[in-house]
Amino acid sequence: MTQNRINNPESDNPEVWITGLGLISSLGEGSSIHWARLSDGTTKPLVDETSLAPYGTHPLCELDFSKQIKRKGDLRQMGPWQRIGVYAAGLALDDAGLSHNQELLDRTGLIVAAGNGERDETADKTVLSTLTNGHRDDEAFGDVLNKTLQTSLRPTLYLAELSNLLAGNISIVHGVTGSSRTYKGEEMAGLSAIEDAVARISSSQGDLFLVGGAFNAQRADLTLAFELCKALWHGPNKSVWERAGNGADGGESGSSGFVMGSLGAFLVLESDTHAKARKRKPYAKITGIASARSSHLCTERGAHRDVSQALDKLVSELRQEPLGILSGASGVEPARAHELAWLLQLKKHGITPAIRAYGTMLGHALEAHFPAGVALAALAISNKGFYPPFDKSGREQPLDAPPSNILVTAWGHWRGEGAALVETAASQ
Amino acid sequence: MSKQIQDHNGRPVAVITGFGVLTSLGRGKQKNWQALTRGESGLHTITRFPTDGLKTSVAGTVDFMDIESYSAPVLSAAMASKAIREALEEARIGEKGNFPGPLFLATPPTELEWPQRKALYAHVNGDAPETGYKHLLTAARTGHFKNLHPHFQFASVSEQLAEEFGTRGLPISLSTACASGSTAIMLGVEAIRRGDTDAALCVATDGSVHAEALIRFSLLSALSTYNEPPQKASRPFAKDRAGFVMAEGAGAFVLESYQGAKARGAEILGVVRGCGERADEFHRTRTHPQGLPIINTIAAALVDAGVEPEEIDYVNAHGTGTQENDKMEYLSLKTVLGEKIETTPVSSNKSMIGHTLTAAGAIEAAFSLMTILNGTLPPTMNYDIPDPDIPLDVVPNKSRQAKVQTVLSNSFGFGGQNASLVLSGEPA
Repeated sequence: MTQNRINNPESDNPEVWITGLGLISSLGEGSSIHWARLSDGTTKPLVDETSLAPYGTHPLCELDFSKQIKRKGDLRQMGPWQRIGVYAAGLALDDAGLSHNQELLDRTGLIVAAGNGERDETADKTVLSTLTNGHRDDEAFGDVLNKTLQTSLRPTLYLAELSNLLAGNISIVHGVTGSSRTYKGEEMAGLSAIEDAVARISSSQGDLFLVGGAFNAQRADLTLAFELCKALWHGPNKSVWERAGNGADGGESGSSGFVMGSLGAFLVLESDTHAKARKRKPYAKITGIASARSSHLCTERGAHRDVSQALDKLVSELRQEPLGILSGASGVEPARAHELAWLLQLKKHGITPAIRAYGTMLGHALEAHFPAGVALAALAISNKGFYPPFDKSGREQPLDAPPSNILVTAWGHWRGEGAALVETAASQ
Repeated sequence: MSKQIQDHNGRPVAVITGFGVLTSLGRGKQKNWQALTRGESGLHTITRFPTDGLKTSVAGTVDFMDIESYSAPVLSAAMASKAIREALEEARIGEKGNFPGPLFLATPPTELEWPQRKALYAHVNGDAPETGYKHLLTAARTGHFKNLHPHFQFASVSEQLAEEFGTRGLPISLSTACASGSTAIMLGVEAIRRGDTDAALCVATDGSVHAEALIRFSLLSALSTYNEPPQKASRPFAKDRAGFVMAEGAGAFVLESYQGAKARGAEILGVVRGCGERADEFHRTRTHPQGLPIINTIAAALVDAGVEPEEIDYVNAHGTGTQENDKMEYLSLKTVLGEKIETTPVSSNKSMIGHTLTAAGAIEAAFSLMTILNGTLPPTMNYDIPDPDIPLDVVPNKSRQAKVQTVLSNSFGFGGQNASLVLSGEPA
């Protein structure tokens, strides 16, 4: 919502603490590996430029999924997207000390940002092949479609495609049953999910949530969906800020595009009182969140002004010092330019933004992208540090001292704009 | 403050000041209500696509909308738009295209469908070297299909509606499977209780009856195969029930704080007293053998509403007509309502409109409110053979006059997502 949710330090509202993190990506498994690799200044993005050429992808690191998904039957009923999410959710629950604690899991609210699961490419290919075999008129195709789908679709795998079944599988595998909500809408979904938890915790409508999303970058069906609107970067990998001139749009909207990255990102968000009562230390707290609607890519209506206003309000109370920015920029224009314009005007308000577009390192992860950014912010705060520049474009400048506030931005490739402010929590 | 402004927990009361509904029975709540109370069916033999060779050929498709060509997102958006207009005309809130609150929208799965894949495939010569998705991607790269992108992003339906009705902020797009419609209402109630907004537009829509969706549900053995006559296909609570019937429709609610509605002199049509939700960890398509999550969902709704079982005058059942749902729903109602269930009428709208999936919670909440406003219980049709294991008063085959002040409306979904609502007439 455009409404900003900002915790007033004098208010009695509960604080929103981040007490558990689960991260998996091309860089590895677990939050500490992500902190180590992203903060060391030498890590290069891992990009597979061949599997889905001409599109590069950040492939998931090697994982033994059975470590989090013990029953083979469960594994069989999930596609890669769901496995990534269930695995990352398990890491977050472990990290927060919730795993196997059924009393707590029974009142943990589950909030998932989700798209579709993988289609069965073999079945699709079988249907498509009938088109080359003379079944091109609608009626003949309809008949052959019915026959082919009935014999080639695997019934249980339908469930692997439904958006809400990532949440369903997390409930089944990890026993999280307090409630279950799935938000959709590409990047917007991640924003809606975190915003829902923050809203409910800070208004005492709930005190314990598992929130996040997952993305599998190595999928032909999604590649097709994003290529339809020319949102993908073609060719050799470049950082988010350096993608220009060789983009899919051929200059039409600024020569740009995103590189998909496989990613699972879950967070345990908890009220401060609930965390203190069970003696858990926070990584950080979320002190504000804002979102708004604009549209950038396929329809351009100039609504980004609303976003700027919402975000202005979010940072208006900040002290005048460097502000860490974990930018969710995808690399797609004109969203990238709109975001950059807003970030650069912060200097007028005495705020020096230290920008880091984490998509350069992890790839763009749509629904999971914003939750991952909030997780990276929490890691930086709890390690009392920040990340070095992720590229040499000059957009990302080194920072001498770690920032005490980090703003995580979401600027969806098409829509879904907002930001969250992450700070040190008092008990740290 | 008066009891009406705040509820038993001191929270702002959420009231309904306008609602709209559209199903296979027709457009508008009066038309629907007339048909529903006469026991008329909206179910019919599918004509949208060939059903040769399919086990199920009956559905409650909405075939009267003025859309250029069918796809799930296009039909879903069109139906939602009509339902919202009806709700807004009644509520007389805001100016045209400027609704003073957020949009909470439940939408069906969104992805490219076979007609679009077929068109893409045909765009490149059949003798192209690539097959399957590579062939489709070659077509996508031409840029000729850019107009498809907005329709097949999850954010698309909510984006269109936010644009048309000028709702505030990020348009929320959600799915909790067949509980989605109730969740959309629940999110609006929560926002009003938090004081985030004085008004919310809560909408659910589903126009996803296409060949692949039908085949997928059919392969899960979830659908009724009583194809002739089609109006006898859906048999909730009857001994010979054999599955649900896929259907389409939309429901829309204008929710407001009691205080806000009174302040602008709006007529209050009903009150959303309480909401309950609970996830199931048992199985992807089956409910817990003791029905615990459903029991907890209903119980949570009553507690949230501050309503005792004795106050429930009527239950608008989920009542899908599958063997398992109807049995478990009865057992759960019996557990929570106790002896009261013996004298509480319980009927299923799905016997006439089928299972409107994502939209069901909102459509059935609309009919629940019509029940309260008109003092008529809609029947459960096709109840020819009672099931001795489900000794419920299902209002068999003929509507009945009854004074109804408070209704429990249930929605349970695949993937274990469950939600119940308690609605009351004004004054609650």
